[in-house]
Amino acid sequence: MSAKPIAMRDALLRRIHDAMATDKSIFFVSADFGSPVLDRIRADFPERFVNVGIAEQNLINVSAGLALEGYTVFAYAIAPFITMRCFEQIRVSLALLSTVRPMNLNLIGVGAGYSYVVSGPTHQCYEDITLMRALPNFQVLSPADHVAAAALFDQCVGVLGPKYLRLDAQVLAAIYADGIAPNLKDGFNVHRRESGICLVATGYMLHTAFIVADRLSRLGLEIGVIDLFDLARFSAEKLRTELMRYQTVVSMEEGFAGRGGVDALLGDFIRRTALDVKLIGIGVEGGYRFDLGTRAELHEQVGIGPDVITQRLLDLSNGRGKAASGARR
Amino acid sequence: MISNSVDLQERAKWVWRETLAIHRRAPETRIASSLSAIEIFVALYYGGILEFKPTDPRWEQRDRCVISKGHGSICMYPILADLGFFPMQELQMVCKAGGILGGIPDPIIPGYETVNGSLGHGLGVASGMALALKRKRSGQSVFVVCGDGELHEGANWEAIMFACQHKLDNLHLIVDNNGISMLGYTDEIVSHQGLAGRLESFGWNCSEVDGHDAPAIQDALMRLKTTAGGQPKALIARTLKGRGVPGLENEPLSHILAPKPDLLDSLLKANDDVG
Repeated sequence: MSAKPIAMRDALLRRIHDAMATDKSIFFVSADFGSPVLDRIRADFPERFVNVGIAEQNLINVSAGLALEGYTVFAYAIAPFITMRCFEQIRVSLALLSTVRPMNLNLIGVGAGYSYVVSGPTHQCYEDITLMRALPNFQVLSPADHVAAAALFDQCVGVLGPKYLRLDAQVLAAIYADGIAPNLKDGFNVHRRESGICLVATGYMLHTAFIVADRLSRLGLEIGVIDLFDLARFSAEKLRTELMRYQTVVSMEEGFAGRGGVDALLGDFIRRTALDVKLIGIGVEGGYRFDLGTRAELHEQVGIGPDVITQRLLDLSNGRGKAASGARR
Repeated sequence: MISNSVDLQERAKWVWRETLAIHRRAPETRIASSLSAIEIFVALYYGGILEFKPTDPRWEQRDRCVISKGHGSICMYPILADLGFFPMQELQMVCKAGGILGGIPDPIIPGYETVNGSLGHGLGVASGMALALKRKRSGQSVFVVCGDGELHEGANWEAIMFACQHKLDNLHLIVDNNGISMLGYTDEIVSHQGLAGRLESFGWNCSEVDGHDAPAIQDALMRLKTTAGGQPKALIARTLKGRGVPGLENEPLSHILAPKPDLLDSLLKANDDVG
């Protein structure tokens, strides 16, 4: 049975709060960004909480200094700001430095994709997967619900190195049952195993994938669904075994299409592992926009809503579609 | 190790000569901004300011020295070698395959704490270290050496405000205030006039010193290090970029000028007996 949904950040912060009581090595750094659960962390552990203010560059560098001194650090801010405002600090003080001096640094970015719906492109985040994936020693984690987000805590404290957690800002329906989180080691979770088309989705787009899969299944198509939540260190061998059974793989991300995100990740994976599948990349089309609307409306406008994806895949299966990225190999 | 004044000035002369010798062998290195910082590093490392253990560069009880003006610290190579952080032979391998000493120092070099090539990162990382040491009730200090041109990077000022807010009186910023960045005098680019007053207005305990008087730097740093009081501390060292090299000294484009080999040879010969 699925868990009662809460915000991803609160699920993860609860785990952090619980652990801070006994694990004195955990330090939490915020760039003036909060949550009700964070209020408890601030109140209960003032010695191991600091708010650097609206200063993401300093957020990263101060966090690096804390991590160098042995703390397991969680740094917390809005997703586009914690990735792009301070990208060079991330590159120099986390990615580069941690190759010489091991550190445990976990960036929590809240506001993946369009989750800050009405705040516009400054607060929306469609480039972070591409950017963070470019740092070769960064782990990039993109959960689809609060159960997975909470489970990632174990990855954060248990695995040394710099990590980026891309969390949705909205409360999303629970996909995983409480206590039955996805297999962190594999980095992906198979939800439906079929043989025709496989939707490989990350974050919010997993929810869209289920809608699309339901619709296409009713029309007689066989649609597999995979949640790819670890965008850097998934088990290549196991993922290859899963994808071998399909003719078409569809990447689904709430990020720009054709710009080095999940579509590029899977394209590269398919090429490297010599998989004989066609790849369709579903991502945000048309560049930056200032349009207003609900998340669902915006998604349809930019090519990542359930209607437009369903139609695109139907056209493809009827032989009328054109593959956006990747031709049959 | 507390050295006397004569020792410190003699050490500084030796470091100056060795820095020129490194540049003679590896002209890719930029030395003008290293020549302004020699006495700062000599005071830190030979003047009994820093606690360190060359055989264990990450010794927990060390004072942390973050060299934010990375490429302006080629003069640290002879110092670290002399103190035993790595063999003297490494000085013959600067910028060569198989060596560890590059044109910009990296943390693969024993004695370096952070990645230093990109400017404006050191003070923020050092602030995090200083906060961590405070929270761990550790008595060690954190020192940061940065250039004045580097203070144009806004991230420094985020850290300057942060350090005051958190009363990081274990944090010491030393500014190599040579007044020149890559394309000219900082006064003509974005001025730092009245830097001490600016830092004081941000809540820092600030002193100024002749940056080529190693004993005076030693005194100032010792005074700052032993002062508590809840304020982060800054020492602004008035220095000359390219000091002692005709054509480089205080020359606005000294950062990108390379002295001719003949000039270097004659300077090295004239100082053969140093050290």
